[in-house]
Amino acid sequence: MTINTLSQDGVQRQQMPCLTKMERMIISMQDPDMGIKLRNQRLLITVIPHKCSISDEEALHVGQLFVKYGYIYPLKEPRNLILKADDSSYRFQTPYYWMSTRWPASELDYAIYLAKKNIRKQGELIEYEKECYNALHKRINHTWDFVVMQAREQLRASKQRRKGDRIVLECQEQAYWLVNRPPPGTQDSIDHGPERRTTNTRVQLNSYHNHFYVKYCEQYQPHDPIMQGCLPSNPWITDDIMFWNMNSETVALPTKLRVERWSFSFMELLNDQMGRKEFLTYLEKEFSAENLCFWQACEDVRHGETAKIPEKVDEVYKQFLAPGASRWVNIDSKTMEKTLEGLKRPHRFVLDDAQMHIYFLMKKDSYPRYLKSELYKNLLARAIVPQETKKSVFPFMRRQRHSSPSPALATQTAEDDGKAKKTRIVTINNIKLKLNPIRKKKRFWDSQIYK
Amino acid sequence: MAAQEVASQPSDTLTTLKTESETLKTKLEEERAKLHDVELHQVAEKIEALGQFVMKTRRTLKGHGNKVLCMDWCKDKRRIVSSSQDGKVIVWDAFTTNKEHAVTMPCTWVMACAYAPSGCAVACGGLDNKCSVYPLSLDKNENLAAKKKSVAMHTNYLSACCFTNSDMQILTSSGDGTCALWDVESGQMLQSFHGHAADVLCLDLAPSETGNTFVSGGCDKKACVWDMRTGQCIQSFETHESDINSVRYYPSGDAFASGSDDATCRLYDLRADREVAIYSKESIIFGTSSVDFSLSGRLLFGGYNDYTINVWDVLKGTRVSILFGHENRVSTLRVSPDGTAFCSGSWDHTLRIWA
Repeated sequence: MTINTLSQDGVQRQQMPCLTKMERMIISMQDPDMGIKLRNQRLLITVIPHKCSISDEEALHVGQLFVKYGYIYPLKEPRNLILKADDSSYRFQTPYYWMSTRWPASELDYAIYLAKKNIRKQGELIEYEKECYNALHKRINHTWDFVVMQAREQLRASKQRRKGDRIVLECQEQAYWLVNRPPPGTQDSIDHGPERRTTNTRVQLNSYHNHFYVKYCEQYQPHDPIMQGCLPSNPWITDDIMFWNMNSETVALPTKLRVERWSFSFMELLNDQMGRKEFLTYLEKEFSAENLCFWQACEDVRHGETAKIPEKVDEVYKQFLAPGASRWVNIDSKTMEKTLEGLKRPHRFVLDDAQMHIYFLMKKDSYPRYLKSELYKNLLARAIVPQETKKSVFPFMRRQRHSSPSPALATQTAEDDGKAKKTRIVTINNIKLKLNPIRKKKRFWDSQIYK
Repeated sequence: MAAQEVASQPSDTLTTLKTESETLKTKLEEERAKLHDVELHQVAEKIEALGQFVMKTRRTLKGHGNKVLCMDWCKDKRRIVSSSQDGKVIVWDAFTTNKEHAVTMPCTWVMACAYAPSGCAVACGGLDNKCSVYPLSLDKNENLAAKKKSVAMHTNYLSACCFTNSDMQILTSSGDGTCALWDVESGQMLQSFHGHAADVLCLDLAPSETGNTFVSGGCDKKACVWDMRTGQCIQSFETHESDINSVRYYPSGDAFASGSDDATCRLYDLRADREVAIYSKESIIFGTSSVDFSLSGRLLFGGYNDYTINVWDVLKGTRVSILFGHENRVSTLRVSPDGTAFCSGSWDHTLRIWA
C-alpha cells in the first residue's frame, strides 16, 4: 500500500490514514495548555492525554507506535526504538522529518547523511552504514560529486549554529534515518504491503436496526464456546479432545446441544451430517425420502465438476423427474415444464427451480413435523450432556496432545477400498496408522463413546 | 452527432453528471433514512453486558520464515493452512502444532490460501496472479508441487480465494478489480464479476440456504454483494473511508462485517440495505486487516495493523477486550469452524491460536 500517491488525474490519495491520525495526536500532545509537560529540551511521557478512557497498557502501546513511526525519539538509547514506561527522556520529532512529509526517504538524502557522518568520523562508520555507503557510492556514482559537495556544505553550515541547536538537529536527523533505514536485524516498522491502485468516492452514514440480531445471538449463545465455554471442555484450553470426539460425525449418541441446534433452522439440520441422516430416516417412514435425495443430487450437480454435469443431470432426470421414475418427486406442473425444457441443454443451474421448490416443501412441511416426531423427541431425550472436565490442577502436567488422522488420509484409504470418493466417514479399522512416530505410543482416541 | 460538438462539451457534461450523481446519492440516503426506526445499540441496551473477557494464546505456530499473510481452517476444526511472503504454504495440525505439509510457491507474497472442504487439498496464490490447487498427499517423499493444478488466471495479484461448497469450484478476487468463479478440474472460468473500480482485496461466501451469493470488498471503499449465477452486483455499500481489507458474513447470512484501513469495522444489514453499526474508538488509529465473528455472532474479532486484536460486542457496539501478543501487524484472522478458538497470523512470522 502506498502512503501518498498522485493518481493519473493529479488527485492525491492518501492510503495510510493512520499517519494523519497519529500526527493529530502528536500535535495535541504538544499543546502548551492541554499537552504533556515539557522540561527544558527534554520531556517525559507518562500517559497520553486523551478524552477517551484507555488503559495504561494501551496508552503505552500507542506510544510505542509513535516511536516506531518516528514521531517521538528516545534520547538515551537512540538505536533502541521503544517506549519505556520509566522516566527516560524522549523528544518530539520535528514535522520536517515526519513520515507523511518525507516519504519515501530519498536515496540521495541518505547518501548525503552517510557522507556527512563519514567525513565527521573520518571514515569510522558502523558496519552496516559502511555497507550502505559503499553500495550507494556504486549505485549513484554519477552524482557522487554532488553528494560530497552537499555533505560538506551542510557540515559547514551546522558548525555555524549554536551547540545546543546543532545537537538537536543531529539527533533529529539520526532518528529519522533509524526509522527509514533500520539497521539489519531490527524490525522495519514502516514496512508495508504490495502496491495498490485506488480511486476516489464519497461516503454517507446512517443506521437502522432489527431485533433479529439480539434474538439470534441469544439463541446461539449456549453454542458459542468462546462466549459460554463448551462441555466437557475447550480442547484448546485443556488439551483434551473429548469435545471433538463427542461431536464427531459418526458418534453413537449425539450431545443435547447438537440435537437442539437442529431445531433452530432447516439449514442447521441439513448442515449436520448426522442430522441429515436422522431426517432421512424420518422421511423414509413418511414415504417422502425421495425429496431429500433429489435435493442432494441437485447439490451435487451445482457444486460438482463441470464436465460431469450432463451425465449427472441425466441421472437425476431418470431417477426423479421422468414419468414413472422410481423416485419421482412431486413438483408443480409449471416448474416441471420449465425444468424439462431446460434439460434439453443441461447446465449447472438447470435444476435450481425444481431444487428450490422441493427444498421449501421440506422446510415448510416435513421439517416442522420431524421436530414434533417421536424420532426427534426420543433422540433429544437420550442425547448426552457431557460432564465438565476441569483444567489440570497442576499447571506443569500438560496432557498429551494427540494427533488425529488427516482428512486426506481418510479419503485416500477410502479410494483404495474402491468406495465412492464422497465417503468422508473415518473408520478406525481401515486406517493405517502413519502418524508421527513420537506420538505412536498412545492410542489416539480417548473417548469410549467413539465407535 | 458531429465529432466537433462532442469534443467541445465533454468536461461540462462530466461535471454535470458528477453533480447529478452526488445529488441522487444524497436523495437515496435520505429515503433510506426515512425507513429506519431504532438503532442497534439502543435495542441492545436491555441485554446483559459481557463480563470480563479472558482469552489467551493457547498455541503459537512458528515455522514461517517471513510475514504470514493468510490462513484458513480445515473442516476438521484443528488443521489450518497458512501462507507467507517468502512463498511458503504450510499445513499444520494446530492442536499439536505439528507441520504436516509444506509447499514452496514459485512466487513471493502468497496473499491468499484456502482449505478445501474435503480436507484433501489447498488452494493458494498471490503475486503470480494465479490460484493453484495442491492435492495433499501423505506420502512424505512426494513433492506436492508435482501435482499442482493451475486454476485461476488474473491480470494482477490474487488477493483472496475460497472454495465454494465443494472441492470443485473456487472463488477468487484480484488486484485487477474483478472476482471470478472457476471450475477446478478444467480451469475454466464459470463466471466473472465486474463492478469494483479498483483492487478487490477480500471476499466471503454467504451461508445462505440457497447458497448463491458472496460479498467482496475493495480499494474503492465499496463492499459488493454478487449473484454467483448471473454475475450481477445485487447490492453495494459505500460508507468506509478507505480500503476494505476484510469482509465476513454474520453467521445467519443476513448481514456482514467489514474491516478497513480507516480503522473501523462496520456491520451492514442486507435486508435493510444499509450500514447498521460502526465499531471504532479514538485510540484505534491503525487499519483493520481482518475480521471474523464468534459462532453466535455476538463477538467480532478484528486484527489490526497496530499489532493488536480488538474484540467487539456486536450488539452494543463497545469494545470488550484488546489482545496483545503479536510483534507486528496482524494480517489474517479466522474463527475455527466450531467456534472453539480463533487463529491470527501476523507479519511477525507466527500464527497464534486464542481461546
